[in-house]
Amino acid sequence: MFEIKRSPWVLHYDGSSCNGCDIEVLACLTPVYDAERFGIINTGDPMQADILLITGGINSQNAPVVKQLYDQMPRPKVVCAVGVCACTGGIFKDCYNILGGADTVIPVDIYVPGCAARPQAIIDGIVKAVDLFEKRLEEHKQWVAEHENREKTDKSAAAKQPQKAQQPAGETAKAQSQNSAQRRSKNAKGRKTAKRRKK
Amino acid sequence: MIVVPFLICFPFAVAAVLMFAKGVKAQGRLAYIGAAFIAAAVVALGYGRIIGGFEPIRLYYDTKIADHVIFAAEIVIMLIVTYLCFKYEKKWVCLLSVIPTAVIGITEFTFTGPEINHIYIDRLSMLMCLIIGIIGGLIIVYAVGYMSGYHMHHKEVKNRSNYFIALLFLFMGAMFGFVLSSNLIWLFFFWECTSVCSFLLIGYTRTQEAVENSFRALWMNLLGGLVLSLGIAYFAFHANTLSLDDFIKAGAEGNPYAILPIAAMAFAALTKSAQLPFSTWLLGAMVAPTPSSALLHSATMVKAGVYVLFRLAPAMSGTTTGDMIALIGGFTFLVTSIMAIAQSDGKRVLALSTVSNLGLMVACAGIGTPETIWAGVFLMIFHAVSKSLLFLDVGATENTLHSRDIEDMHGMLYFLPRLTVFMFIGIAGMFLAPFGMLISKWAALRAAVDGNNIALLLFIVFGSATTSFYWSKWMGKLISHPHAEHSHIKDITRLSETVPMWIQAVLMVVLCVAFPFLSRVFVDPLLREMFGTGGQVLSQGLLYMLVVVICFVFAVPPITYYFSSKIHSNIKLAYMGGINTGDNTSFVDSFGDEKRLWLSNYYFAGRVGIRKIMVPCQLFATAVIIIMFCIILGVTL
Amino acid sequence: MRNSIISVIAYILLAPIAGGLLEGIDRKISARMQRRVGPPLLQPFYDVAKLFKKQVISVTNAQTFLLLSYLVFMVLTGSMFFAGSDILLCMFVLSTAAMFLYFASTVTSSPYSTIGASRELIQMIAYEPAVLMACVGFYLVDGSFEIHEIASSPVSSIFNLPGVFAAFVFIITIKMRKSPFDISTSHHAHQEIVKGITSEMGARNLALFTVTEWYENVFLMGVIGLFVVNKNPYSYISALFVVVIVYFLEILIDNTSARMKQREMLKLSWAVTLVLAGSNIWILMLIK
Repeated sequence: MFEIKRSPWVLHYDGSSCNGCDIEVLACLTPVYDAERFGIINTGDPMQADILLITGGINSQNAPVVKQLYDQMPRPKVVCAVGVCACTGGIFKDCYNILGGADTVIPVDIYVPGCAARPQAIIDGIVKAVDLFEKRLEEHKQWVAEHENREKTDKSAAAKQPQKAQQPAGETAKAQSQNSAQRRSKNAKGRKTAKRRKK
Repeated sequence: MIVVPFLICFPFAVAAVLMFAKGVKAQGRLAYIGAAFIAAAVVALGYGRIIGGFEPIRLYYDTKIADHVIFAAEIVIMLIVTYLCFKYEKKWVCLLSVIPTAVIGITEFTFTGPEINHIYIDRLSMLMCLIIGIIGGLIIVYAVGYMSGYHMHHKEVKNRSNYFIALLFLFMGAMFGFVLSSNLIWLFFFWECTSVCSFLLIGYTRTQEAVENSFRALWMNLLGGLVLSLGIAYFAFHANTLSLDDFIKAGAEGNPYAILPIAAMAFAALTKSAQLPFSTWLLGAMVAPTPSSALLHSATMVKAGVYVLFRLAPAMSGTTTGDMIALIGGFTFLVTSIMAIAQSDGKRVLALSTVSNLGLMVACAGIGTPETIWAGVFLMIFHAVSKSLLFLDVGATENTLHSRDIEDMHGMLYFLPRLTVFMFIGIAGMFLAPFGMLISKWAALRAAVDGNNIALLLFIVFGSATTSFYWSKWMGKLISHPHAEHSHIKDITRLSETVPMWIQAVLMVVLCVAFPFLSRVFVDPLLREMFGTGGQVLSQGLLYMLVVVICFVFAVPPITYYFSSKIHSNIKLAYMGGINTGDNTSFVDSFGDEKRLWLSNYYFAGRVGIRKIMVPCQLFATAVIIIMFCIILGVTL
Repeated sequence: MRNSIISVIAYILLAPIAGGLLEGIDRKISARMQRRVGPPLLQPFYDVAKLFKKQVISVTNAQTFLLLSYLVFMVLTGSMFFAGSDILLCMFVLSTAAMFLYFASTVTSSPYSTIGASRELIQMIAYEPAVLMACVGFYLVDGSFEIHEIASSPVSSIFNLPGVFAAFVFIITIKMRKSPFDISTSHHAHQEIVKGITSEMGARNLALFTVTEWYENVFLMGVIGLFVVNKNPYSYISALFVVVIVYFLEILIDNTSARMKQREMLKLSWAVTLVLAGSNIWILMLIK
């Protein structure tokens, strides 16, 4: 009865987006769509969040921010990329400062496409994320048993490096980010199974 | 009873020797020995009194020689004050010393009444003696170490620490004399003595600011002395006696000739305990080195005013004087606690809270029922211990940090743990639930309701909220994680400074736990002595329940600490919008550079600062005093 | 004696359930007021259960112990209240509890949490006078600070204390962090200072905080009820009725007002305390 999926709290991070998706995310909470009936709360605090909702692409300036927010969230956690920019970089993909979708820096579990993503799609994505969230709890329990609940504090996840917005194309930065993304996704095999595309 | 003259004369002797002692070590040793002797003498006196069952003692009926010595000393004091007034171009102030001396001299030489006892010891004066002897002794021990540290980082001030410590001793002698004498002439002499000691100590550094502030303290205190001397002369002329006992008796019986002198004495007490409109001198007094602030301006001298008011309480209760004094006290309690919110200088916060708490005590005395005096006496005990502890601690902190700004104490728990714990105990003693101040506030609240005093009730209700505001934000500062580099800070507090703090901290905790006992064996009899009836405010059962709560408060944090330490918690970075640079003390700014975080408390200096509200408050209090004297003069004449 | 032990145990066991249900009802009614379906009634329990299952995290280890102390002191406050002991003592323990919350938040030295804590302090000085005035009012009317004596008075205190009651209801809005006074932290989404005082409380720490709030709300509703009860057992039913009305009023205020600035809040709450409670008590003193 007290499954954790009944209470998914969302942290919404707006990357380098045109704000279309952000408006739609907020629309989910309005009386028309009423996401709260699923227990969804839009919290502003990663410490209290379960689902990280990212809209917009990742650029060299916000890459460390996203990593840090992800790191601050307690396990179990799910990441949901909303809108085509967050999925792949979208229309901005070839811009000099864009690294790509959210999965260039953190492991993404759910991809909600659309430009802008419709509220129905977003809620659907969150509901999918919620199912995954329940599964993650099992992984988390296993992890606690294995590691005695001791997480290695990953200092590199902190946004230690000053951003270099003027750096063209950001080849090296991109490479670094991808490395760290790969390193992270080793821990979570098969996360992308819940990948879903909606027409 | 040789111990009584010993208490009064020995500190004077030590002071005299100290003035001429050569060598820092010898001076320090002398001060330690002197303080130890005084504390031992006080304890012996207290022990003797317990054995003797606390029968009030009256001593020294025939004191021709002592009277002459005292009058001579008074003239010497007058000359010193006059000399300094002329030296620093404050000529008018000397009038405030010359006139009272003349008035007292005339009174003394024309007085033809019966010889009365000059010394009177009951529980109240015994309590004051214990506070002066023990707390004062500890402060002197502290002062020896403190002054050498002080002169190490205040190179510009000429090292006269032997003079400083000698003055502290002189002051202790005067204070003992003050609380023990029951002859009004003697009382007046010691009163003036403490005023002048305070003046000299405030001016210790001889900077422009110190001189200004010391003269402000001088004229305000001497003004009180002037009014006091006139009151004494008036009373002696009408009642033909100089006994403090008769003075209070005459007031309690409602004799018309006693109303004016009692109002005069109460006025003098207001100046001494720095109530509005005279609070500014105490704030200025904070320029003096910390031991003098601790001893004179919080633990003892300002309590002399409260002591006088407690003595007068039976005579003031229900009169115009009593009501007005209670009004001024309550008002001072509220507005100074509001002013304290705007202060970030640790010592000024302490000064304002001292004024504020004295206001509460004055209000208790003004109402003058046994219940309020019960509350007032407890306030006095707890305040003396916790406030002197706080002053000593802030002094030691200042020597270490080279700053006494509360903002600089951010995270002090992590780099000066010992000093922080003392500070915590002191602050908790000032306001947090289990400790004594709160109990006293409670009793005062109850007494205000019983006395149908709506103004005082509102002052206490609102004042306690503002009081807890400035204390808790200070406490919060101490325990926060440091946000600035602190590896260079080393605790340079000497052993001689730490030991007094230790003793006071332990004393504080013991007082908290033992206060029902203290109430039963000491304070209740004190009230019976004063009023003839017992005045227990809180039932003994409730007091024990309070002790249970106190133990609970002591026990809960350690227990929860133990439990929480067993749970492993994954440490995360603090939330800063994702731009925390990794150590919770800085973040990435919009230029991509690292920027340090600086956390600060709310002060509202523009709205409730001293500059903003002090003058209107002073005007209000002055108006109250003038109205009081108008009514009293109207009744008397 | 036995009665008080039973009520203490009942408080300790049932208060979290009652508090959680109150919050569930609150969220449901709020949703309906906004023409939404709203979360299930048991949503607060789901939330807390989830928070306990999550990974234990914190910014500093000290926070957990301070929050635990906050919880213990809040339970102590409520227990003392329902055991019928001295109401002033209760309120003083309550302020100690609030102090621990302040410490738990300020100890992290995080910017949002620190500013939330500072605002919490402002809220404390805003509501404390009215709380003390309520105690004084009870004392004036019923001649005792003892709660069991207040509860067994011949007439309900509210008839003599309408002003004090109104002031108390007013400051309860601050204490429960309802809009327009959700200044230190808000129950609704996030605010300009993120989560304010709870910013650095994640997972288990937030659960502790929430449970403590439930205990607190039940205690506050108990004080509201105390205004109504008298020696007649039926008065308990009317007390329950008044509590329900007050709680509904709080929800209504919450949903119909915008957040205030802290300074305005302070001025307003002090003015209300002074005018309503102050004049009420003054009149009582005059006619006594």
